[in-house]
Amino acid sequence: MQKRVFFTHRFLPYWLIAPQIAVTLVFFYWPASQAVWQSFLLEDAFGLSSTFVGFENYRTLFSDASYYQTILTTLVFATAVTLISLSAALLLAVQADKPLRGATAYRTLLIWPYAVAPAVAGVLWLFMFHPSLGVVARGLRHLGIAWNPMLDGDHAMILVVLAAAWKQISYNFLFFLAGLQAIPKSIIEAAAIDGARPARRFWTIVFPLLSPTTFFLLVVNIVYAFFDTFGIIDAMTGGGPAKATETLVYKVFADGRLGGDLGGSAAQSVVLMIIVIGLTAIQFRYIERKVTY
Amino acid sequence: MAGVTISGVRKVYAGGIEAVKGIDLDVPDGAFCVLVGPSGCGKSTLLRLVAGLETLSAGDISIGGRLVNDREPAERDIAMVFQNYALYPHMSVYDNLAYGLRNRKTPKDEIDKRVREAARMLEISDYLTRKPRELSGGQRQRVAMGRAIVRRPQVFLFDEPLSNLDAKLRVSMRVEIRRLQRSLATTAIYVTHDQLEAMTLADLLVVMNGGRIEQIGAPLDVYRRPQTTFVAAFIGAPAMNLMAASPSEAERFGGAATIGVRPEHLAFAAAGTAPPDGGLAFQLTVAAVERLGPESLVYGHDGMGRDLVVRRSGEDDPPIGAQIALVAEREHLHRFDAAGERLPV
Amino acid sequence: MVEHSRFRTVTAHAILWIGIAIVAFPVYMAFIGSTHEASVIANGQMPLTPGPLFVENYYRTIFIGSSGSTREPVSTMLLNSLVMALSIACGKIAISIISAYAIVYFRFPFRMTAFWIIFVTLMLPVEVRIYPTYKIAADLHLLDSYAGLALPLIASATATLLFRQFFMTVPDELVEASRIDGAGPFRFFKDTLLPLSRTNMAALFVILFIYGWNQYLWPLLITTRDDMQTIVIGIRKMITTADALTEWQIVMATAMLAMLPPVAVVVVMQRLFVRGLVETEK
Repeated sequence: MQKRVFFTHRFLPYWLIAPQIAVTLVFFYWPASQAVWQSFLLEDAFGLSSTFVGFENYRTLFSDASYYQTILTTLVFATAVTLISLSAALLLAVQADKPLRGATAYRTLLIWPYAVAPAVAGVLWLFMFHPSLGVVARGLRHLGIAWNPMLDGDHAMILVVLAAAWKQISYNFLFFLAGLQAIPKSIIEAAAIDGARPARRFWTIVFPLLSPTTFFLLVVNIVYAFFDTFGIIDAMTGGGPAKATETLVYKVFADGRLGGDLGGSAAQSVVLMIIVIGLTAIQFRYIERKVTY
Repeated sequence: MAGVTISGVRKVYAGGIEAVKGIDLDVPDGAFCVLVGPSGCGKSTLLRLVAGLETLSAGDISIGGRLVNDREPAERDIAMVFQNYALYPHMSVYDNLAYGLRNRKTPKDEIDKRVREAARMLEISDYLTRKPRELSGGQRQRVAMGRAIVRRPQVFLFDEPLSNLDAKLRVSMRVEIRRLQRSLATTAIYVTHDQLEAMTLADLLVVMNGGRIEQIGAPLDVYRRPQTTFVAAFIGAPAMNLMAASPSEAERFGGAATIGVRPEHLAFAAAGTAPPDGGLAFQLTVAAVERLGPESLVYGHDGMGRDLVVRRSGEDDPPIGAQIALVAEREHLHRFDAAGERLPV
Repeated sequence: MVEHSRFRTVTAHAILWIGIAIVAFPVYMAFIGSTHEASVIANGQMPLTPGPLFVENYYRTIFIGSSGSTREPVSTMLLNSLVMALSIACGKIAISIISAYAIVYFRFPFRMTAFWIIFVTLMLPVEVRIYPTYKIAADLHLLDSYAGLALPLIASATATLLFRQFFMTVPDELVEASRIDGAGPFRFFKDTLLPLSRTNMAALFVILFIYGWNQYLWPLLITTRDDMQTIVIGIRKMITTADALTEWQIVMATAMLAMLPPVAVVVVMQRLFVRGLVETEK
């Protein structure tokens, strides 16, 4: 963290750092502390006055059965998205790591969905699976499936999971590919000489050596599923039907805006902050073991 | 043109580590002074203090009679060649050479003249438009030298400039650095851990150890009369044989605790030869022989188990396990007291 | 790999092509949708091949807009998205590179405090502090303004950490050589550090441009006027038209237009993109 050589100057460093500190204080620390403060307040019905109520908002939150339902929804959603996109990406990365013709073209053709906005991804998938006009929905009906994500909560969940996983595949693919390429070929050759067949080689040599990448991606994908999928859910289902696809972040938004329950929404924000801090801390504990491209 | 005077210089780092523990050194105008010593001996720190890249903890540094303690590096009229060359990677060779002059508001045509002159001297005229990464190690080294030369400084400072080159290039650059410094007649201070480089380059050799100067002198004087066991062991390859004196030897050699003799001063003799007057005789059991071509190094130990190495130009190398008589003349013996200081003869 | 079995190579190609097909299918369908008539789509009988209305649909999308609840032509939205993405990318790079310079190359009181103040922001995405941030933006009269769209998203540590990490790898000798060459902190920054950071800045720009372009929740809250909407918000509003039938052909054309700039950036600047992605995650 220390440079051996540095400049000494009375005011210059402060001027250099001032813009970022200013923006950070105004748009980060101020609102974050507001959220914490508000989570201890209760607003009256008209939003005219508020009183300090201590942990009342938290108590209400954690005695609310629907909050636990939301937590469960979030966990199901995050697990499904993470598993699907990680395994699909790993499968593709292992293929692309082979010395194939056109390997770079494959990479190009697989990484671009990273650039698609979550909300747009949601719209694309909705268009395909829309119960009355979607092409895929049409196919499902032919197969005798009464597909309707507008009414069926499970269908809605499947739909948002697919869209969210689809968008994340390219990110995972890139990192898996980098991780695979970082494994020295001589180790694999040694394993081959030791008589390990390709499948066995993968599970006993490649996969363990890839574990730092996998772990890193696991955390990143959970964070993604928790926080960055707001646009997908809002565009596709709006949390419905009957809150079947309402994740924790979506609930903060919905309760704060539609319900006007600022104190409760703030308490939820604080809970989320603690979750992110926890996830980030886990990520940093393993930062040294991370892959480099 | 100017000499460098260093007096009472100390450097204590923030952590309390004292890298330089009180150094006095006078480098005369135009001299090539080499600071040599093992890593961590403070030689690089001393050079950086002269450059002004580190601040002094105590003492004074003058360049050309002008006290420069509080001067910025740019104001000291010095130029420095770094171990990794520190070329600006995004600038062409020409711009690398010109940068310092431009910062000094030197007129454009003057800059051009000096850059081309330096490039010609260093034979890099053909590479002026290239970027450093397009050059070989030796060429980068020349650019780094050129950057120092164009400035026409009072003092050149070299911080292990050849250690990133391969062995062959190192030798030729060594010769070239010496030739350039002579022709420019500019004072130079050169840091290296390579004693061979130090011996061949220096007018004034400064051997450092543990933040202090062990010995200052002309290279051959230092070689012939090392003032401490440290210098004796550090200068010369293979190193001088340093043997703990037996009680009888201590008595014969004025209370010496250690007796030293260079490998080339041990001569084979017929078995049973008596020691020459004031000299020593050993019975060597040969353990290994390294044949270098023009000479061989014979390793073994004497009757008291002390390891010895003998340098000899010979076709008739002894077989391993052979017993050989060795003699050393009086004038080739070095005596050191228990503190490692040289004893007068 | 060690084996050169033909079967294995063919399998690998096949798996990759299936993957590419799955990844590309939603976009292909969107393109098909954007070339058909609204009625063809609405009755659920849209074919899998392009329709005849490519020019007409896109013309209407870009210059006229949908007839639903948001009637802005998409060209306005594209402009808003572009301004927002560029402001976020350039703003973040500018304030980050100078603050990283201060932190790495100067010693001053509260240096570490400043570092930690910035570092902690890494942990909290805007989504979890959305309402208080909205309230502050409102108090500062930033609603419906480009400054309001960009400024709160500029407050993040990733770029600062990236530059800090890069500066740490720049050899100390370059500063020393600069000092001997008579360059002070300004000159060193301008003549040496900035040119050396070019690739990193470009890589970061690619990532931040995509990040800015794809923002959803924040612009959703901060913009109330239709003419300040970004394209991502615009699409969303086209679908939720309360009574009117959603004009899916316009929605899909808008979706194609919304994807085009960031996807083009990724494909064209692929190397910078990969580098930026990997670097910012370190």
